Amino acid sequence: MVDDGTEAMTAERPGGGGPAATAGGGPSFEPRIVAFCCYYCAYSAADLAGSMRLQYPPNVRLIEVPCSGRVDPALLLRALEEGADGVYVAGCMEGDCHFQQGNFRAKRRVGAIKKLLSQIGWEPERVEMYNVPASDGARFAQVAREFTERIRQMGPNPARGKKVRS
Amino acid sequence: MIIAEQKPIPEIAAQVRQCRKVLVLGCGGCVTVCQAGGEKEAEILASALRLMGVREGWDTAFDSMAITRQCDPEYLDGIARKVAEYDCVLSLGCGVGVNFLAERFPRTWVVPGLNTKGAGATLEAGVWEERCLACGDCILHLTGGICPIVRCSKSLLNGPCGGSQGGKCEISPDVACGWQLIYDRLKQLDRLDLLLEVREPKDWSRTHDGGLRRVVKEEARL
Repeated sequence: MVDDGTEAMTAERPGGGGPAATAGGGPSFEPRIVAFCCYYCAYSAADLAGSMRLQYPPNVRLIEVPCSGRVDPALLLRALEEGADGVYVAGCMEGDCHFQQGNFRAKRRVGAIKKLLSQIGWEPERVEMYNVPASDGARFAQVAREFTERIRQMGPNPARGKKVRS
Repeated sequence: MIIAEQKPIPEIAAQVRQCRKVLVLGCGGCVTVCQAGGEKEAEILASALRLMGVREGWDTAFDSMAITRQCDPEYLDGIARKVAEYDCVLSLGCGVGVNFLAERFPRTWVVPGLNTKGAGATLEAGVWEERCLACGDCILHLTGGICPIVRCSKSLLNGPCGGSQGGKCEISPDVACGWQLIYDRLKQLDRLDLLLEVREPKDWSRTHDGGLRRVVKEEARL
């Protein structure tokens, strides 16, 4: 997350398609989005989306995690500190977690970070929790498009380009 | 353990926003267990304060770390050089930690990030509850291990008051009557005879009287 650009990462992204379709109507800035994706579902769904040649915005940078329950709240904040305009966690469907409770834990943690962001004057909508089954590449692409558009409308992260961490 | 919870972030921010460089200092003791002020909580709070500073335009740097305990001098000695780099330490220790840091570092502004709730236990993951008021004169052997000082809303010593209804305290339907709990337990253990004994008044002078309570164990001194 050190680079400042928003160029497509087609070579290193599972399911990396062509350039993003530009959203109509929103501000012109290209959001930079970090998605923590569970190995057992959303990351596989991203692979599937690629195999299916589905298009989704290249703004989304995937980080593979062994379970959405691995995503520490500090990681979500760190992504924002390092300039991500939005961050989401994508875990298994409720009841389908490979580790049984991981996605429920992730959901609660994302909820806690949303509350924290409200307390500190940030938009809680900059973080989100999604459930994406491994078998649903289309759902993965839809989530990526939906979240990218949300953040595009919201505008850039105020920390972008600033050295927030010492 | 000591149980505590974090103050609201705006309240914490008001204490530190004028500072130049702040060390958010977690404690590896009780507040790590009750997930209020350990290393992880210090990291998250520092991160949140940095983000808040960006939004509000403060010029304050926040770093975080944690030490084994804030209530033992050797661990404070170990961070003396580090603390000298900061003009403020935001302690995520209990009230003891804040006091002890302020004593050890007289030239550093030390502020609390937690509200200390008392001495408690873990009921379930994420839930902690007070069990001891540290009265200094334990009578749990007379009450079946259930403390009337902390469990009875009035800290009564001679049985339930008229506000005990259906096993609940009049202050809230969610609060059990401490004396009902004591009675039920003693009855179960066939020790209701303990309630028939006439006793001297409790020695409240051991609670908070005549200055700070101090414990000295001569053979442990160096």
